[in-house]
Amino acid sequence: MSEQKSSDAESIPMMQKLLDNPFLLLFIGVAAPSILFLGWGLVEIFTVPMR
Amino acid sequence: MVNNEFRTCPDTGLKFYSSAENLLKVNAVAAVVFLLVGGFYGLLVGLTRWQAVHLLAADNFYMVLTLHGLNVLIFWMIFFEIAILYFCSSVLLGCRLATPRWAWAGFVLMVVGAVMNNVIVLQGASSVMMTSYVPMEADPLFYLSLILFAVGALIGCFVFFGTLVVAKAEKTYEGSVPLVTFGAITAAIIAVFTIVSGAIILIPTFLWSVGVVGEIDALAYRLIWWAFGHSSQQINVAAHVAVWYAIAAIVFGARPLSEKVSRTAFLMYIVFLQLASAHHLLVDPGVSANFKMFNTSYAMYLAVMASMVHGLTVPGSIEAAQRARGYSAGLFTWLRKAPWGNPVFSGMFISLVGFGFLGGITGVVMGAEQINILIHNTLYVPGHFHATVVLGSTLAFMAMSYWLVPVLFRRELVLKGIAKWQPYLFGLGMTGVSLFLMGAGTLGVPRRHWDIGFAGTGGITHEFPAAAYTMLALNGMSVILAVIGGAAFCVIMVGTILFGKKLGNQKMAEPCIVAPVTDEEYEANGGSAYAIPGTLVLAMVFFVSFALYYFINWKYLAETWGIA
Amino acid sequence: MSSLSPPSKKLWWNEPIHKTELMWISLVFVWGLIMTFMMPYWHVVGKQNLGTETYKTTPKAFQASTEAFVEQYTVRNEGPRNFPVVAPPAGGDVYMIARLYDWWPIVELKKGESYRFHLSSLDMQHGFSLQPANINIQVVPNYEHVFTLTPNASGEYSIICNEYCGIGHHLMIGKLLVVD
Repeated sequence: MSEQKSSDAESIPMMQKLLDNPFLLLFIGVAAPSILFLGWGLVEIFTVPMR
Repeated sequence: MVNNEFRTCPDTGLKFYSSAENLLKVNAVAAVVFLLVGGFYGLLVGLTRWQAVHLLAADNFYMVLTLHGLNVLIFWMIFFEIAILYFCSSVLLGCRLATPRWAWAGFVLMVVGAVMNNVIVLQGASSVMMTSYVPMEADPLFYLSLILFAVGALIGCFVFFGTLVVAKAEKTYEGSVPLVTFGAITAAIIAVFTIVSGAIILIPTFLWSVGVVGEIDALAYRLIWWAFGHSSQQINVAAHVAVWYAIAAIVFGARPLSEKVSRTAFLMYIVFLQLASAHHLLVDPGVSANFKMFNTSYAMYLAVMASMVHGLTVPGSIEAAQRARGYSAGLFTWLRKAPWGNPVFSGMFISLVGFGFLGGITGVVMGAEQINILIHNTLYVPGHFHATVVLGSTLAFMAMSYWLVPVLFRRELVLKGIAKWQPYLFGLGMTGVSLFLMGAGTLGVPRRHWDIGFAGTGGITHEFPAAAYTMLALNGMSVILAVIGGAAFCVIMVGTILFGKKLGNQKMAEPCIVAPVTDEEYEANGGSAYAIPGTLVLAMVFFVSFALYYFINWKYLAETWGIA
Repeated sequence: MSSLSPPSKKLWWNEPIHKTELMWISLVFVWGLIMTFMMPYWHVVGKQNLGTETYKTTPKAFQASTEAFVEQYTVRNEGPRNFPVVAPPAGGDVYMIARLYDWWPIVELKKGESYRFHLSSLDMQHGFSLQPANINIQVVPNYEHVFTLTPNASGEYSIICNEYCGIGHHLMIGKLLVVD
């Protein structure tokens, strides 16, 4: 039974494994907007030149 | 606390652990209370905007507007969403709730934060709107109350994730989580980003308000606040899409057309939806056009694509299930034969159509970098989000409540005759609110503005077209309809909880959940298991409306001044 | 097995996608590309692209720049508040202050000419809403936003504050004139 399970796990495609892993998704879901929106935006705001 | 007691619901076969059940109940009740409070404030706002009525004085108007936003956009929504998270983890996975004590602590923090916020704003010195843009300053307790609420909600999210871990470890389900739970995971992930962003900006602002921090940069505040303010509305989107799928399963026994497509669409939300916080910064100084274009388009509209996919697959899964059950004649028999008198279904379907046609299209159009010049901070913006958050999320949550509250409290729904009409009344009222606010916004009427007649300016005035006044009057009337609908919902819910006929272990008179459509049923129907021609026609109507409205707005834009 | 239960097939990722779904996904993907393309395309061919040139400033410095501008180009005073009406040369700079609760000064522009606007706030955040042209721009203190406006019709325009800025927010209205 346990052997059956492990071979099952191996045949599961990468994408399904990703979608079955809430913590990996949590990481992506926090990292993406933190970098693309917050990070990028803050860099631009803090590099506005002085008059 | 013993955490292994559960009951199996005689109507649904679902396992309710008492740890989760009690928390579901209190979160749902708190949600309804804040909906009632926030809705009442909304009535006052609508009646003040109606220039002929002009109910409140200016200071009270701004105070009540602040309260309206916070109570319905934040408190009602998040309390209900915490209930959804616990339902989708503990109940759907048949698992005990992880760390119920923490969950209670989170709930108490949320209640304290929400009540404290109302009390502070009512004292009058914190009429800073929901956005509380610095350097405008509120009472320090205003920020503190929001921080407390946010911490409580964050605890709720982690209890949800913890429950997923427990369910997996204790093998309470096989394979992948149900699609509805996956939608809840999406909502919870967005919630974590939302709340962390809120903490990053509100904690320093609190420290600034008590004099510990010298200055908060106004642009940086806007950027980070919107990662909180806009993303919080994206929690609603993910949650109400999960609710749509849930209701399709409850009312029709529907399964997703494709697990892969629906889950990938949720993944697009997880990665890209929150970038749309940039919608609010499109006419700001300090951030580049590249930043604006990339983020406002959710990196190439991938999150919009996800919404349009859900918009097809939710009604599509209903159509497939209905056809499998024999309603297969013509294009729309499946839809005509749907239970339109059941508020669980009618609420969900009005939510789907309203969110798509009114909320979705307008959101994407005004989120185009340049078109936003025409729209920013006009009444068009509240018009848009009343279609997404109220017509979309709130109505979906109401529909879910018609099913969940009797199941959860083991009480028969009261006032069924009114419940049958409530989604239509509320939906009609709120459709009016969004359309008329957007109409006024198109004419340039500002949002958050007490008097567009400009009395008291010493003779400097602006003449808005008469149509703007008509729109605001029609908006006021729609608000009244919507508030009657909203109040009816609250009365039905409270009435059910307090006075509904006790069911005990008796089954309900009418079955409240439909057995899942089986493979055989899908296959039996002419072999075309998942043919959804009717939904495709509806989707194409949507697409054409979307494209037309999109290009019409570029044409409007081309007619105004040169801007560079 | 419905959407409330785990997928009936353990390996659902490899299940085929149905034709209708596939078609719709392709359609909305292409539509997304078109909408993505529209924004940069408008930057090239469109005439309405708000500039993002921005400088850090202070209320004091910005007020000084605006006062110098007003001193140089004032042609008359007018209106209930007796504000200066300032007529800068075509193609020139325009400085405008947003503050509780007015827009200062009144500027007079020529139709069809371009002007470089410098806009900032001395106190709260404000919303520059030019009506009835319906041009809306956020005004943020400590940042000087520079952009170009080219009026395409003459007349008297109103500048309405459309960002809540305080208890007198609805009193915050100014004028902008465009002459032929």
